[in-house]
Amino acid sequence: MTARIQIPASAKRGEVIEIRIAIQHPMETGFRLDDGGRAIPKNVVNKLVCRYNGIEIFRAEMGSGIAANPFLDFFTVAEASGELVFDWVDDRGQTGSERVKLTVSG
Amino acid sequence: MLTNLLRRSFITRIAAVVAWPFAASRAADASTEPVEVMVLKLTGGAAVQSGRVKLELPLLADNGNSVSLKVTVDSPMTAADHVKSIHVYAARNPRPNVANFYLGPRAGRAQISTRVRLGGSQRVLAVAALSDGTFWSTTADVVVTLSACYDAT
Amino acid sequence: MSAAPWRALLFCALAVSSLVCQAQRVAIKPQPLKSGLEFTGAEVRELQQDDFANPGMLWVTRGETLWREAAGREGKSCAGCHGDVKASMQGAATRYPRIDAGSSLLINLDGRIQQCRERRQQAEPFKYESPELLALTAYIGLQSRGMPMNAVIDWQNRHNFEAGRAMYYRRMGQMNLSCAQCHQDNWGKKLGPETISQGHGVAYPIYRLEWQTMGSLHRRFRSCLSGVRAELLPLGSPEFLDLELYLASRAGGLTIETPGVRR
Repeated sequence: MTARIQIPASAKRGEVIEIRIAIQHPMETGFRLDDGGRAIPKNVVNKLVCRYNGIEIFRAEMGSGIAANPFLDFFTVAEASGELVFDWVDDRGQTGSERVKLTVSG
Repeated sequence: MLTNLLRRSFITRIAAVVAWPFAASRAADASTEPVEVMVLKLTGGAAVQSGRVKLELPLLADNGNSVSLKVTVDSPMTAADHVKSIHVYAARNPRPNVANFYLGPRAGRAQISTRVRLGGSQRVLAVAALSDGTFWSTTADVVVTLSACYDAT
Repeated sequence: MSAAPWRALLFCALAVSSLVCQAQRVAIKPQPLKSGLEFTGAEVRELQQDDFANPGMLWVTRGETLWREAAGREGKSCAGCHGDVKASMQGAATRYPRIDAGSSLLINLDGRIQQCRERRQQAEPFKYESPELLALTAYIGLQSRGMPMNAVIDWQNRHNFEAGRAMYYRRMGQMNLSCAQCHQDNWGKKLGPETISQGHGVAYPIYRLEWQTMGSLHRRFRSCLSGVRAELLPLGSPEFLDLELYLASRAGGLTIETPGVRR
């Protein structure tokens, strides 16, 4: 699964930073039919967790009401330099993971 | 605003009761429950107050497949006073609970943006659960338009 | 009667007809030329202009990976031959579709990538409209973003251009509508909740909200054909390539927007 993450490269301690993530996924609703008229099974990224230096800072439970190629934009307080790790899973059990480094000064 | 929403969907609820024997298998799936039931399960019966939550959606969505949504809760986001979770519901969607977001004081700001699917024009509801055990909510009305041309590709 | 006036008349007639022929090699452009973006809502415009939120950028990211990935029996990557994409592919999308020197046939960017895979990499070509081909066309197309479309009509591709133009003005399907009746004669007017665009192909491949995915110009052609209830031609068909050339010429001067977003 292709994913893109955007965070500022560096931040001051205590600064509220914006985190954006986009994942390439059809977010199949289960209500669509294929060319043969058979229902395409529901398959959505149902859970995404973001951990900052090992501690969970954000979690999303998503349903078929989230648009294809899900996009999330949220915030966190820059506390220390380290790593943000994103993990997600879809209904079929397929997982994805991305990590980005954050440098915090001050 | 929430009471308005609930009042309006009272008819839907009656209809659901009438249709009960026919919809037994569908009703067994919690994801298709009416929004009031979902909210009741969330709050455990606690009052949902109007306010503190801001929900931004376009008045007119070009396509229901992807509509921008931004929800913000007025909160200092401190250890003592913060937003624990935000829940989004679209009553006209086949599965009304669009998403649940869990955050905490480390978020710094209780604001989340995403893109949602809307199965037709409707009133979208956002409920926030706060650390003091209170629930706050707001709604936003969206008109969803359809494409002019039928696309069979 | 002297032959002179007749000769003069014949000369005039020839001059006029040659002008007509000249004129026929240039597409009739809507005035002023407007990108499809000008006919969409603010939501769609903002989505396209935000390089992170634009979902098409996910395909670009995938394309970047594919560009560097060795493939086929030759074990070569695109980068292995073409090097830095920013240098080698800048402006490439402005010149397609064009005549392939080897076969003398018209090919578009998608076709050119397929050819590279088959001949240079000795790999299975990607299927038309496959996620991989859309990823590569998006990635290569992005290298021409902001540059004007510049299809040149000459003796080699004149017949393709003329066939494309004929298709553009031909009434089709149960609706009995031509491309021109919507996008040349009635752009800017309302069709249901939408405003009819001028129908330029400068943002392809595009992320269309209707499709919930990335799609090629040929898929869009099929959408239009289905809209007028005409027989759907295959993706990559010679008819679509001719039409693509006509549209490229008609959009001459408009800048490339790849990866575009539309409703």
